[in-house]
Amino acid sequence: MAAIYSLFIINKSGGLIYYKDYGSAGRMDTNDSLRLASLWHSMHAISQQLSPTVGCTGIDLLRADTFDLHCFQSLTGTKFFAICEPGAPYMELLLKGIYELYTDYVLKNPFYEMEMPIRCELFELNLSQAVQKDRVALLAR
Amino acid sequence: MIGVGKAKQYGNVLDKPLSRGRQEVSLSAFAFLFSELVQYNQTQVDNIAELERRLEDAGYAVGARVLELLCHRDKGNRRETRLLGILSFIHSTVWKVLFGKVADSLEKGTEHEDEYMISEKELLVNRFISVPKDMGAFNCGAFVAGIVRGVLDGAGFPAVVSAHFVPIEGQQRPRTTILIKFAEEVIKLLLQILKEFFVFVARKPRKSQYCP
Repeated sequence: MAAIYSLFIINKSGGLIYYKDYGSAGRMDTNDSLRLASLWHSMHAISQQLSPTVGCTGIDLLRADTFDLHCFQSLTGTKFFAICEPGAPYMELLLKGIYELYTDYVLKNPFYEMEMPIRCELFELNLSQAVQKDRVALLAR
Repeated sequence: MIGVGKAKQYGNVLDKPLSRGRQEVSLSAFAFLFSELVQYNQTQVDNIAELERRLEDAGYAVGARVLELLCHRDKGNRRETRLLGILSFIHSTVWKVLFGKVADSLEKGTEHEDEYMISEKELLVNRFISVPKDMGAFNCGAFVAGIVRGVLDGAGFPAVVSAHFVPIEGQQRPRTTILIKFAEEVIKLLLQILKEFFVFVARKPRKSQYCP
């Protein structure tokens, strides 16, 4: 069983720009994934306002019985979040790694339009390698 | 003028030695700049062939300057005048200065006498670039092809240079091949030189004829 079930990248206005399914269970159709992405975007924004602590940057981790949701927000407001097995370790590291891949293979690509859905072959390739590596590392642990 | 505990001062800027400078620049900075170059040119054209031509022209200017600089810096103001000489100069010296490594391979075309190919598994300018499917065989290596054309043209070997993706078996990513097709006059000149050489050899009197 894969540690990571699915990965979402949303732009700063809450639009889904990348979605990838890794687990076999709980596949989502396009509409559901878009809905979940904008829902998470709003929840994240509300949580910042509601938080009693000063300087809160939003929800980093949401824990449920059947899944964990790890979220990483870049300085520009692009959010990366992954749904994974409950208690899966080192997800923040994987998300940061994915952010790095995004800056390399998406932002440096002259054919990518900002805030638009990501369709970059090199990003796909390196992302699947990173996820694969993460899985192997998880098995070794 | 005497410098006070400083590096030697040169009265004339022309007396200053040409420094080797810092050998490397940030890859990220280059990637962003190159990406902007492509994006800007994309706004100026309405078809892909035109975009390729514009990138090649941008590279041509780099190539012409690189030839000038490297001949002065590395070759003591000498320039290669032989075809294979200039090709290996591009393959090794130019590539090393521009991309930090020697090109993966330099081959002669199998089908045509006047074609040569420089192949690179992963061209530096293409490192972060994924060309969308609808752009067909467009390759940003056109910029590098332009550099090669600039160097060759400056050295007196006019050629048509183009960049192509060539799929490799068992690899997901294709490699980039820079195809160099020399102008007819270059090949004619070479043949002429060869012919003259053979005529000269044939005419050369043999020793035995003079020793009865």
